[in-house]
Amino acid sequence: MVTIRLETLGARYGRRLLLEDVTTPAFRGGDMVAVIGPNAAGKSTLFKRVAGLLRGPGKVHVEGALRGPNGICYMPQDTSANAVLTVYESVLLARKQGAGWSVDDEDLACIDETMEALGISDIAFRNIGELSGGQRQLASLAQTLVREPEILLMDEPTSALDLSRQVEVLGLMQGLARARGMIVLIALHDLNHALRFCDQTMVVANGRLVACGPSSDIVTPALLRDVYHVDARIEPCSRGIGHVIVDGVAAERRTFAPPTAETSIRNPNRENRKCVEMAAQAS
Amino acid sequence: MANDRAAATALDTGGGRGHYRALVWRRQLILAGLGAALLSSLCVDLALGPARYGLGEVVQGLFAPDTVSQQVRVVLWEIRMPVALMAVVVGAALSVAGAQMQTILNNPLASPFTLGISAAASFGAALALAFGVALIPAAIEYVVPINAFVMAMLAALLIHLLSVKRGVTVETIVLLGIALVFTFNALLSLVQFLSSAEALAAVVFWTMGSLTKATWPKLGLTTLVLLAVLPVFARRAWALTALRLGEDKAASFGIKVARLRLETLIMVSLLAAIPVAFVGTIGFVGLVGPHIARMIIGEDQRFFLPASALSGALILSASSVVSKLLIPGTIFPIGIVTSLIGIPFFISLILSSARRSW
Repeated sequence: MVTIRLETLGARYGRRLLLEDVTTPAFRGGDMVAVIGPNAAGKSTLFKRVAGLLRGPGKVHVEGALRGPNGICYMPQDTSANAVLTVYESVLLARKQGAGWSVDDEDLACIDETMEALGISDIAFRNIGELSGGQRQLASLAQTLVREPEILLMDEPTSALDLSRQVEVLGLMQGLARARGMIVLIALHDLNHALRFCDQTMVVANGRLVACGPSSDIVTPALLRDVYHVDARIEPCSRGIGHVIVDGVAAERRTFAPPTAETSIRNPNRENRKCVEMAAQAS
Repeated sequence: MANDRAAATALDTGGGRGHYRALVWRRQLILAGLGAALLSSLCVDLALGPARYGLGEVVQGLFAPDTVSQQVRVVLWEIRMPVALMAVVVGAALSVAGAQMQTILNNPLASPFTLGISAAASFGAALALAFGVALIPAAIEYVVPINAFVMAMLAALLIHLLSVKRGVTVETIVLLGIALVFTFNALLSLVQFLSSAEALAAVVFWTMGSLTKATWPKLGLTTLVLLAVLPVFARRAWALTALRLGEDKAASFGIKVARLRLETLIMVSLLAAIPVAFVGTIGFVGLVGPHIARMIIGEDQRFFLPASALSGALILSASSVVSKLLIPGTIFPIGIVTSLIGIPFFISLILSSARRSW
């Protein structure tokens, strides 16, 4: 079974340090991990760093054999495209990266199954430039899934979807993660989705990991006040799952210092260490 | 909507597989049609000239040279064939260069000329024509093309070096290209201002572009470059197609975007510099050939690449035919003809079919 663990991970863009000292416990195949945090907290940067698209200090430890170059797949937030390609072709080319020209029945069967599972077979031969935001997001998801990754990093994959599609897609991802033994790290803004679908939650704020552990332990009124600056309650819904109810904007604000080169190299983030210890105890 | 009907048909036949196979078959037919049109245009191009031959005579001269008169054989093989084939090869090279430039820069207005490669070549040629300056010592008949080639490659190299220094972004490369176009055009004007009346006429004629400069060795070299570059692009077909989904998406597929863009840029520069060095400035094909290919076949590079080559070759071959027909006995510079004939055609295509692949 594949596992992934981040150790003092940081990310740089040029000389700017965007992310620092992210250390997590090991996530295992089948885990669905929410990555939450306010806008510009560093969630996308974290994903790009884990996917190897950005450089920086620290290490990404992956154990267990990854099958080929598609082992870690990153699904970016931006799904806009202006190419003269049908949805079907865009999904096909995602699957065939690094492969030869020929397209066999296995490729096409995989694409058909994936598009059917996502409910987008009816737009298969529409031009991707003509799609709505939600349809583009589903097409992008199909492009990612046909690569059959073992570790999947999804950057706000449901932000443009309607409510029922959000639930369907997250339920599908949860099922796929368990069926395929896949680790899914998923950036979310809807904390109720994190509580309902994700086993673990990582909280990123101002380029730092401020909490990490089982979702129900992490998403608390105190954290919501510190990270999102809101007064909120967590109450069980009809299914007994925690549900976030926001009462209003908090009067007091706590801020997390932005990353600096000094803190990342000489003064490891104590808060981060503590959350790793908490997560280890919980597991 | 044709695509909606296609989707409904696909669902009726139990998935997209059948429809995709049909789409591939249709595209292969379009490529075959383009190839047939190109062959026809080539035959007509060979038949036309001061002495006109029937198409039957041309075909006979091509496949059974011994059965036609020596005069026909010499005219077909020695005089017209290099020019007609040069139109095909140069058209294909410029169109493929334009297609890949539009792909890597994600800009529909990109062509070999957007980056100032053509302007640099014109300036190099003008130096030789006006002042007899040879950038590399060579036989007198090759000074002009060598100067043009050297300047074109220097422009490409300069863009490469500057864009690497700044970090290869699309915007950086396009802006550098525009700056180079203005710089070399200003330098060309300076050369024209300082040159004699005879030299000025020669410079102006060269910048118009003319296939009559074609010879077998020049044709061979241009073909060699095209044949060397095409398989490299073909091998990267999936990666190049993915670039059109956006830089982030392509990178998420595991493609080294900056490296792919840089390597493609270098090959495109070579592909554009060689034809410009031999036949002068023919600007329209590199812009329009890829657009026509995109409109009729889409942007899957497995089809888009050959379609771009064929449409560019067809445009230039047909333009060569028209250049002989405008005033009998006179061959117009091909650059003028491509613009006059092609641009209205291009505008009508844009207005009629938007971005749909048929």
